[in-house]
Amino acid sequence: MTARSSAIVRDDVAAGRTTASSTVDAAIARSREVNAGRDGLNVFAWTDDADARAQAATITKRLADTTAGPLLGVPVAVKDNIATLTMPTTCGSRILEGYVSPYEATVVTRLRAAGAIVFGKTNMDEFAMGSSTEHSAYGPTRNPVRPDRVPGGSSGGSAAAVASGIVSIALGSETGGSVRQPAAFCGIVGVKPTYGRVSRFGLVAFASSLDQVGVFGATVSDAARGLGVIAGHDPMDSTSATLEVPDYVAAEDVDVKGMVIGLPKEYFPASLDPAIRQRCDAAVERLRALGATIRDVSLPHTDLAIPVYYIVAPAEASSNLARFDGVRYGLRLDGDGLRGMYEATRSGGFGPEVTRRILLGTYVLSAGYYDAYYRKAQQVRTLIADDFRRVFESGVHVLFTPTAPTTAFPLGAISDPYEMYLSDIFTATANLAGVPAMSVPIGRVDGLPVGGQFLASHFDESRMFTAAFALERAMGAEAHA
Amino acid sequence: MAVTINDVRHIATLARLGLTDARAAAIVDELNIILGHMDALSRVDTAGVQEAIGVGAQGLPVRADSGPPFPLHRSIDSVAPSVREGFLLVPRLSTHESSEEA
Amino acid sequence: MSTSAITPLLEKWEMVVGLEVHVQLKTRTKAFCSCSAEYGASPNANTCPVCLALPGALPVLNERAVGLATRAALALNCDVQPVSIFARKNYFYPDLPKGYQISQFDKPLALGGWIEIGARAEGSPIRIGVTRVHMEEDAGKSVHDRFPGVTAIDLNRSGVPLIEIVSEPDMRSAEQAGAYLRVLKLILEYVDVSDVSMEEGSLRVDANVSARRRGETKLGTKTEVKNMNSFSGVERALEVEFVRQVGVLEAGGAVEQQTMLWDGHTGEVRPSRTKEASHDYRYFPEPDLPPLVLAIDWIAQVRHDLPELPAARRTRFVADYKLGEYDVDVLTSSPRLADYYESVARSHGDPKAAANWVMGEVLATLKTSGEDIARFRVRPADLASLLDLVRDGVVSHTAAKQIFGRMVATGNPPAQIAEREGLVKVDDDSQLAAWLDEVIAENPTEAERFRNGEKKLQGVLIGAVMKKSKGRADPKKLNQLLAARLTS
Repeated sequence: MTARSSAIVRDDVAAGRTTASSTVDAAIARSREVNAGRDGLNVFAWTDDADARAQAATITKRLADTTAGPLLGVPVAVKDNIATLTMPTTCGSRILEGYVSPYEATVVTRLRAAGAIVFGKTNMDEFAMGSSTEHSAYGPTRNPVRPDRVPGGSSGGSAAAVASGIVSIALGSETGGSVRQPAAFCGIVGVKPTYGRVSRFGLVAFASSLDQVGVFGATVSDAARGLGVIAGHDPMDSTSATLEVPDYVAAEDVDVKGMVIGLPKEYFPASLDPAIRQRCDAAVERLRALGATIRDVSLPHTDLAIPVYYIVAPAEASSNLARFDGVRYGLRLDGDGLRGMYEATRSGGFGPEVTRRILLGTYVLSAGYYDAYYRKAQQVRTLIADDFRRVFESGVHVLFTPTAPTTAFPLGAISDPYEMYLSDIFTATANLAGVPAMSVPIGRVDGLPVGGQFLASHFDESRMFTAAFALERAMGAEAHA
Repeated sequence: MAVTINDVRHIATLARLGLTDARAAAIVDELNIILGHMDALSRVDTAGVQEAIGVGAQGLPVRADSGPPFPLHRSIDSVAPSVREGFLLVPRLSTHESSEEA
Repeated sequence: MSTSAITPLLEKWEMVVGLEVHVQLKTRTKAFCSCSAEYGASPNANTCPVCLALPGALPVLNERAVGLATRAALALNCDVQPVSIFARKNYFYPDLPKGYQISQFDKPLALGGWIEIGARAEGSPIRIGVTRVHMEEDAGKSVHDRFPGVTAIDLNRSGVPLIEIVSEPDMRSAEQAGAYLRVLKLILEYVDVSDVSMEEGSLRVDANVSARRRGETKLGTKTEVKNMNSFSGVERALEVEFVRQVGVLEAGGAVEQQTMLWDGHTGEVRPSRTKEASHDYRYFPEPDLPPLVLAIDWIAQVRHDLPELPAARRTRFVADYKLGEYDVDVLTSSPRLADYYESVARSHGDPKAAANWVMGEVLATLKTSGEDIARFRVRPADLASLLDLVRDGVVSHTAAKQIFGRMVATGNPPAQIAEREGLVKVDDDSQLAAWLDEVIAENPTEAERFRNGEKKLQGVLIGAVMKKSKGRADPKKLNQLLAARLTS
C-alpha cells in the first residue's frame, strides 16, 4: 500500500475536501500500522507528531489567505542529514547526537513554502556512507517489502517511509547512488537531479562535488512534483545552477515516441544476474513498443567508476568531516588536553565505516600519494564524464540500465567493505559525471523489487521523466510483480 | 605501494582519530584491499587529461560586500559543548602551540 | 642584536631572505559570508552558519575581496590569472572551524610580480620578485589568558579576507627585508586595499631565512621565523637567526628546517615545537567553489583604475615640482599626505613654499596631536590661501605662523583670522617710524652701538619692532627705515 498521491492530497486540501491535519494523522496512523518505530522497520531517526500536527494547523490557517502551494498539506519525510529547525539533524551519527540546527536547509524552506509538512527525519547510513542503512547510530532500517532485507542506502529510511506508505514523497541525498539504489531495493521511484539543480545549502556534506539532494516518490508523478518544489538556483550555494526549472510533472504529457534510448553495454555485463537482465529486457521492450528507438551504446570507462568514486568521495569526506571536532557543536568527549579531546570525540563519535573512509581519504590526499590517487582519479573522472557527453552528443536522449546489480540483500549479509561498495557500480557514474538519473520499479525477482535506471544529459531531467512516466504507465501493475 | 602500520598511524594522527592497536592493524589490511582495487586507475592513460574540477559550473558566482548576516535561529551557545562569556572553550593550549601539537 | 655581531660574519657568509606577508583586505563583510568583518565586537557576535562551520553551510565569495586582491596584485606588477582555484588547506586547530582553511594553492590569483627597493642612496634600485599573490580566509582568535585552564575561542575574525604575498628569496640583508616591507606597505596604502597595520594585525610577516657561503649559488636550508610584530622586529629577528645559523654551520653542523619564534623582549629566537616533517596539509581543490574566472577586460579595467603608485608619484613630484629627494620622500610617505601637499601646491602655485609648509608646520602639528591628515582641520585650500597672503605681502611670515596656529584651533579661513587678530602686515611709514622711535628710545645702548658700526645689532632692533608690532611690521620697509634713520 502506498500513501495517497501527493497531487490528490494537495488538491483535496486546497479544495477543503480534507485538511492538512487529517493527512498528518493518516501518516501517523500508517507509521503505527507498519511498525515504523525503532523495534520495527526503524524508518526514522526522529519523529515529532506534535510538531507535524502544529505544522498542519498553520497550513489550515494559511489556506484562507494565500494561494495553495504545490505540496499543500502533503507530509514529506526528510533525511537526517538535511538541516531542519524543529527536529535534530544528526546524520545517523553519535557525533551529532541531539544537535538541532540553528538554521534551515534551503530545500526544507522550499518544502514548507510549498505547503508541505516536514514529517520526521529518516534513518540513514552514518554521514550517508553506506549502501544498506545498516551503519546508523540508531540501528538498521528494514526493507518494508521484506523486513529481513536491507532497504538499500544510504537513504534507506526515506525509501522505507515511502515504500511503507507513510508518505508519498521523501527527500534523500545522493553521493554515489544513495537515492536510486534504495528506491530500487524498495520498489519505488528515486531521482538524483543534475549536480547544481538543487541547492546543497543545509545538506550536511559527505563529498561536496558529488552530493545532491534527491527525491523519492511513490510514483513518478510524486517524485516529479517533489523535485519541482526543491529545484532551482540558490545564491547560498556557489555550485547551484542559475537555470530555470521546467515543470517536471508536465513531462508526462510528452510522447516517448521517437525518443532515442541508449543501452550502454557496460551496464549489462555477462555476470549480470539473469533475472535482473530479464526484467530490464522486458522494460526495454515496453519502451520499444511505445515507439522509442533503442540503440546499443558504450560508456567505456564505466568499470573505473568505483575506484574513482572511492578515492574522490572519501578524500572530500575526510576534509568535510574535520569540522566535527567537539569545539562548536555535537559530541565532546574528554581526553588528555586538546589533542586527547579531539581524538576521544572523533573516535567515540564516528562509527567504523566513517572512520575507515576518513582514513582512506586522508591517505589518498597525503603527501606523496596525492598524484597517484586523487589527481589520477579526478582525471579518470573526466574520462567518465566524457563518455556520457559523447553518447548524448551522438543523438541519444536517455540511457537505460539496471539500477543495482542485485536485489535487496539480507541484513548482515555483506561484511566486506569493498563488496558493499560494488552496490554502487551502476549508480556512481551519474554522480561522477554530474548527470541526472532516476530509478523506477520494473518488476520483482523472488518477491524483491528490481529497479531500472534512466540517465539523461545535464539539466535534462524532463526527458528522463518523460521516459519514466511512459514506462510506469505501460508496465502498470507489472512494475510491482 | 602497500599501506603500513606507520602510514595508518600517520593518517590517524592527521585525522585526529584515536585507534587501538588491533583496530590500526585491521585498518592496514582493509586499506590495502581497497587500494588494491584502485590500482586499475594506474593502468589508464591520462596524459593530457584535465582533472574534473568545478564540473558543469560556469565560473564562480560572487556576492556583494554587504549584509545582513545570515541569521541563526538559536545562538551558538545552544549547541556548543562549552561556552563562557560568549567564548567557546577548549582544553588549554600554550600560546604558540601549533596545529601539530593540537 | 647589534650589527657588531653580524658584521664579521658577512665577509664569508650571505643572508638569503624571502618574506610571506598576510594582509587583511578592507571589506565590510567576510570573505565567504555576509557577517561583518569589523573589529571589536563581543566574542562570536559576528558569526553565522558559514563562519561557524555549522553542518551543511557553504561558502559564497565576496566580490569586493576579489576586486581588492586583484588591485593589490596588479600594483605589485603581477600577472593576474584568468582562472584561479580555491583549495582547502587541512589542519586541526580550535580557531579553524571547518578543519580546513580556504586558500589557493597551485593555481593562485596572481603570479610573477616585483617591487623595487633602495632606489637612490645605494645606486640603482634592487628589484625583489613577488612569486605570487593568493586569496585566503583568516582563522579565529585563541585567547589563552582569559580563563584559567582553558583556551577561549572567538570566531569573529574567522573568514575575514586576506591576501598572502610571497616574495622570491631575493633579499640579501635584514635592511633589504625592512625596505621591502616598507615599500610593500606603502604600495598597499596607495591602492587602498588594507589598513596595513602590523599593530592591529592587518599586516603579518613570516620570514624565510637561510645562510650560505659567499660565492655559493645554491640556497642553504632555511628556517621560517614567525611572531614579529614590527618591521624593525623583522630586521632584528633576521639578524639573530642568521647569526645562529652561521654559528651552526661554522661548527660543522647542519641547519634544521624548522619554524623559529621571535621573542621581541629577550631578542632571541627559539624553535617552535612543530615538527616540519609532520606538516601535511593535504591541499585539494575546494569542491564548494568552482574556479574563479576573471574576464581579461575586467582585469584590464582594474589595472586602468589603479591610482598612481608611490614610485610614479615620486618621479612626478621631482619633475613637476622640482623638489629634492628628501622632500619627495617625506611628501609621498603616505598617499593622503601626498594628496594634501599636491592640493596646496596646485592652489597656491609655489611648490617649494607649499613643501616647506607641509613638511614644517603641518607635519609638526600632526605629530604633536597624533592626528591623521585625513581629519586635519586645516584643509589644503585654506593653507594655500595663507601662503597666498604671505606671497602677496599681506601678512608676514611670522604672522603667518600665528595665523596657522589659529587655523588649526578654529578651522577658520586665514584672511578672516588675519583681519580679526590684527595680523595684516603694516607698511605704513608713519606707523613703522613710530614703532622704531619707541624701540630706539627703549634700547639706547644698542642703538648707539649700531650707529657706531655694529651691523649685527640690526637684527636685535628689527626683532624688537617685530615683537612690538606683533609680527605685522613689513620687515623690508623697516630695514630701509632703520638704515635711513641711524646711518644718516
